[in-house]
Amino acid sequence: MSACLKFDTKKAKEEGHQEEGSLTKTTKMDCVSLPPLSKFAICGGTHGNEMTGIHLLRHLQKHKVEKAGSVSITTVLSNPRAIDACKRYIDTDLNRCFTHTLLRTPITDSSPYELQRAHELNAIVGPKGSEEAVDLICDLHNTTANMGLCVIFNSTDLMALHIYKYIKSKITSVPVRAIDTREPISENYSLDSVGKYGFSFEVGPQPNGVLRADVFNVMKEAVDLTIEWIQQFNSGVTFDGGEAETYCPVNKVDYPRDPTTNEITAAIHPELQDNDFKPLQPGDPIFQSFAGETVKHEGKGLHPVFINECAYYEKRTAFILAEKITVTFPSICVKKDCGV
Amino acid sequence: MSSYNNNTCYDEARRVAIFGGTHGNEMSGVTLVNLWVKNGTEIQRKSVETKAFITNPKAVEKCTRYVDTDLNRAFTPENLSAPEGHDLPYEVRRAQEINRIFGPKGSPDAYDVIFDLHNTTSNMGCTLILESSKDHFNLQMMNYIKKAIAPASCLVLLNEHPLLKYSTSRSVAKHPVGLEVGPQPQGVLRSNIFEAMRVILKHALDFIQLFNEGMEFPPCMVEVFRALERVDYPRDANGNIIAMVHPNLQDGDWEPLNPGDPLFQTFDGKTIHYQGSSTVYPTFINEAAYYEKQQAFVTTRRETLVASAIRKA
Repeated sequence: MSACLKFDTKKAKEEGHQEEGSLTKTTKMDCVSLPPLSKFAICGGTHGNEMTGIHLLRHLQKHKVEKAGSVSITTVLSNPRAIDACKRYIDTDLNRCFTHTLLRTPITDSSPYELQRAHELNAIVGPKGSEEAVDLICDLHNTTANMGLCVIFNSTDLMALHIYKYIKSKITSVPVRAIDTREPISENYSLDSVGKYGFSFEVGPQPNGVLRADVFNVMKEAVDLTIEWIQQFNSGVTFDGGEAETYCPVNKVDYPRDPTTNEITAAIHPELQDNDFKPLQPGDPIFQSFAGETVKHEGKGLHPVFINECAYYEKRTAFILAEKITVTFPSICVKKDCGV
Repeated sequence: MSSYNNNTCYDEARRVAIFGGTHGNEMSGVTLVNLWVKNGTEIQRKSVETKAFITNPKAVEKCTRYVDTDLNRAFTPENLSAPEGHDLPYEVRRAQEINRIFGPKGSPDAYDVIFDLHNTTSNMGCTLILESSKDHFNLQMMNYIKKAIAPASCLVLLNEHPLLKYSTSRSVAKHPVGLEVGPQPQGVLRSNIFEAMRVILKHALDFIQLFNEGMEFPPCMVEVFRALERVDYPRDANGNIIAMVHPNLQDGDWEPLNPGDPLFQTFDGKTIHYQGSSTVYPTFINEAAYYEKQQAFVTTRRETLVASAIRKA
């Protein structure tokens, strides 16, 4: 894919970098050079009952992790009231509050808590779209779905794509996959869209309100690798481009419901449960009704994700169907003449 | 209850209740009871009046464990005898209401059996919770269920310890039975967990029907796990947890925990080991609702109880 980037699309010639023949047969792409990353924000507790990010951030704060090489690190507990209550949110989902429109709408005392908080966060790590925004945001999430480690980003974000590639090459304890939101920045409602570059880590399965050591260890490793990557990038390492498999959400599928009461009438079928990312073909079972009947998938063969995510019952989503797409992307290196 | 010819006689179990939604975010019970309130055919038996009942409707509506206070700790003598009033916590008012309908607790008018349906985030599989080792009716029922679902497993947790025992909603009945099935996240409905709970209830009701028809159940041995003590997370001076259930212990419900085995892992990656002097069998490992109750897991010891022969009086 073309190097369509959020900022600075100037391509620079490679400087003494030897291609090792690792590029695909499709294109030889120039190395893209970008300014160093000097401000990195790690956010957790955007949903107050997703425990890993909350405890990882507290751990980083306790150890005063504020700098790594030339990058300054800000840790932010995004939704303190929801964290205290151990709930996803107080009034409204914080991670849907960061579109340009919502951030520009004036808030009052009677505005939902999370809209007020979104404005505060925009001042801390943004403002979104401005030069003052942090260079990179990483937002930490958990899911009740069996998704291993997912890196969620827009594939036009070259930083996020390279960080994903780096992490995928290093973490072997769980599957590592990319979900490509393809959301244009202004419509992107999530906290990680406030920085110049950004992505989220989604690790599961973990119940709300539970802290699993194995999930914590994976998230910590992913964050440590991100910091390591930034330091290497800033110090001049060139990271080879190439190809990456990503999963692009296409549509969501709701539970079968009673038309009068709206109550769900079936559960995710045992053959679909916990099989996130495995291909789902027409005719495969997707729901089992409480009366014991099987509902089958109709329509294109796609990849289901977020299967039986707790927070999505109210969003009328039993799972999301995604298309597997291979993206091709260029090498990346730091722009050397950029003073920081 | 009386003894005759080495049989322990119990009155016919005519009135049976199935409680769901005692914790409003434990979805198997909520879903099953809602189904059965609409159409109770599946839970009917000839000699039994079975009533399916949502105990905490406000919590169910909000998909939260409780609104003011844990309903499943609210059936204390103090609460049940407190003067009625709207300044009482919601769940205390509910407890009084439930005690009126299904009790009074401790009286001859109380329901014969109450099954209280729960889920846990712990990897406990199917667990039946027994509140008294002397309830031979319940012991025989649990033996019947275990045999009926074999080779699938259903374990019995005996919670009779004076410090660990609590005033459950089911304690209103003469024969309280807790059903705990996991692992399932709060707010999530897993098909396999739902069906497992359904099957256990089917066998339980079959047992009651057989008993009421006059079947004698000979003496039997029932393996139980007797609750010993609760173990909290390591915490700092401010009460914040400083370590997590160790990956080796996580999901190891009912497996032996030996002295020296890993117990917790700090956020730095250090291991804290079990310092006890003998092997125990931990359960309720990493239950979401127990962080606030200062409980990382409960230790148990394996015992075999002898259930007397029973028959209808």
